[in-house]
Amino acid sequence: MNIIIVGLSHKTAPVEIREKLSFPADTIAESLKKLCGNYGINEGVIVSTCNRVEVFAVTPDIEKGLWQVKRFLSEYHNIPLFNDALDEHLYTFASEDAVKHLFRVAAGLDSMVLGEPQILGQMKDAYGYAIQHGAAGIIINKLFHKAFSVAKRIRTETKIGSSAVSISYAAVELAKKIFGAIENKTAMLVGAGEMAELAARHLLNNGVKEIMIANRSYERAVEMARAFNGAPIMFREFAHYLKKVDVVIVSTAAPKFIIHPEQIEETIKERKNKPMFFIDISVPRNIDPLINKIDNVYLYDIDDLQGVVAANIKERQSEVQDAENIIKEEIEKFYRWIKSLDVVPTIISLRKKFDEIKNEELNEALASLKDLSDEQKKTIEKMADAIAKKILHDPVTHLKKESNKVEGDFYIEAARKLFDLDKEEGQEIKEIKKG
Amino acid sequence: MNFIFFHITAASYLIATVIYIVYLFSHNDKVVKTANKILILSFLFHSITIISRGIEAGHFPFTNLHESLSIFSWMIVGVYLLVNARYHIAALGSFVSPLALLFLITASLLPKEIVPLVPQLESYWLYIHVPLAILGNAFFALSFLFGIMYLIQEHYLKSKKVGGLYFLLPSLDVLDELGYKFLTYGFPLLTIAMITGAIWSEYVWGSYWSWQPRQIWSLITWFLYAALLHGRLTVGWRGRKAAIYAIIGFMVLLGSFLIINLLSLGEHGFLR
Repeated sequence: MNIIIVGLSHKTAPVEIREKLSFPADTIAESLKKLCGNYGINEGVIVSTCNRVEVFAVTPDIEKGLWQVKRFLSEYHNIPLFNDALDEHLYTFASEDAVKHLFRVAAGLDSMVLGEPQILGQMKDAYGYAIQHGAAGIIINKLFHKAFSVAKRIRTETKIGSSAVSISYAAVELAKKIFGAIENKTAMLVGAGEMAELAARHLLNNGVKEIMIANRSYERAVEMARAFNGAPIMFREFAHYLKKVDVVIVSTAAPKFIIHPEQIEETIKERKNKPMFFIDISVPRNIDPLINKIDNVYLYDIDDLQGVVAANIKERQSEVQDAENIIKEEIEKFYRWIKSLDVVPTIISLRKKFDEIKNEELNEALASLKDLSDEQKKTIEKMADAIAKKILHDPVTHLKKESNKVEGDFYIEAARKLFDLDKEEGQEIKEIKKG
Repeated sequence: MNFIFFHITAASYLIATVIYIVYLFSHNDKVVKTANKILILSFLFHSITIISRGIEAGHFPFTNLHESLSIFSWMIVGVYLLVNARYHIAALGSFVSPLALLFLITASLLPKEIVPLVPQLESYWLYIHVPLAILGNAFFALSFLFGIMYLIQEHYLKSKKVGGLYFLLPSLDVLDELGYKFLTYGFPLLTIAMITGAIWSEYVWGSYWSWQPRQIWSLITWFLYAALLHGRLTVGWRGRKAAIYAIIGFMVLLGSFLIINLLSLGEHGFLR
């Protein structure tokens, strides 16, 4: 059995092609049925997101399987494979490369934003559909469970997903670098705007205790305060409240500075030097950049935040090698398991196991029957041999026969389990099986 | 015998330091774990060094600067290992290990002969006074390192050029808090050390206070740290100002520790 992938992503295809090829969730049952029914694919999963479409399949023959999946994509979506240049955008992977690709995608290494976690959820959904509609068998099950655990391992063992790559989240991260825990901190949102509100939302989600909201229109402030579960304040009074807040997000349409250094110097004194973090998302800026020079005051404008995001992306990049190493390690483990599914080693270990049982029992019996002649001993040995061989004969014949069929892996897996063959191969395979 | 241990210890600290510095560039957690293991090993070697020295000398080994520095760095590393078990501040080792190494290198350059203890100086007050004083110094050393880390992290945040150590260092708040915490550990010890020192002085010289350079300098240090604590508690000094103060305090402390011992003045000089 071979694992293959045919797919396209933001790296190989423009959005016009990607949207044509997408598989909506409500018709996925039909898609999976066609893939596994009409194209000679044993097991399949279809992952379809706005950035990628990938078909994971298990097939007896790599070349044929790849061709069939391509045909499926083209015929299902009614796009000619060659004339419309669909083939040009498709990439294909087989065997180890396919496993590697799957692991990389699951860990977000192939994503537009390196290390982003959404893709993992989307793949879990896609795998869920395959299970639900009977398209996932033993190999796909194993493969996807492994992919999910690899993604999790990479997330915990590397820092690939640890630093913020969006401006609003970068603001939260900076707040944490200044205040440590932000659970008992308070914030103020002056003005409104998508990015400012998103940053405020992130702060609240990360535990900020209280948020005050000032807006030129008091009704708007009240309205927003309701949405944020915060307290509205009059715009002209916001300066009075500054000494009570730790984080200030400013985003107004004012054409000039509304926060000045002298004012903040006063505030900081009143706060007994407790630090303050100002985020100025307004353009033109609303906070005099000079306040950043005051001790315990930190001011970031939109460009500064963008700089932080750029640095974070660079930091994530430095984690890629570690992630790739983990993937390499896990592929090896996975293939050790796949190999155990081959019929020949299974038969060999089956015979070995029977041989061992036979010898053990024989020795015990012969030891207690000391008076036997050599000839009698030989007869008993022969008999034991024959019993072992005859018991094994039918299972081995069937294993050989079934192993060429689609569900062959199932038989092999069952045989290994029934006779506990994996014990001999060491604890490791068992661990792999547990996932 | 003791020399061999000393050199093994120093070499081990050197290896740990190199790996800790690699960590600052690689940001790889495995690297820092390795470094920590080697530092623990170094600490064990160091303990053996000190014990064997004590056995060789027949008394607690702090009778010259070589020995005092060695114990000083041993205590810093010991305190670090405890802190590390509690707070998991990965980058701290990259600051502690070079400091310990520096102390050991300095110690290796100093005269190493074992100095017999003058019988009339022997008093159990001495055995209380010296370890407490050095432990207090070790706490101040940690406070000093947190001050340095604070200034580095603050620089990243103020200049808005995040990168490098920014990712490894904890938040300003944590650094400030820990710097303060070790100050509050160090200060009572320094105070007790001064009192026990005075009692010992009375026992040996018949006078609690004799305006010797060591006494004067520890009084200056005590006042510096007392001012810093006062500033933090009442005026609300924190952050940058407090960090700079902690750094200056430790510089004065270390300077007087080295110079007075080196010039062998005062009652401790008598030991040599």
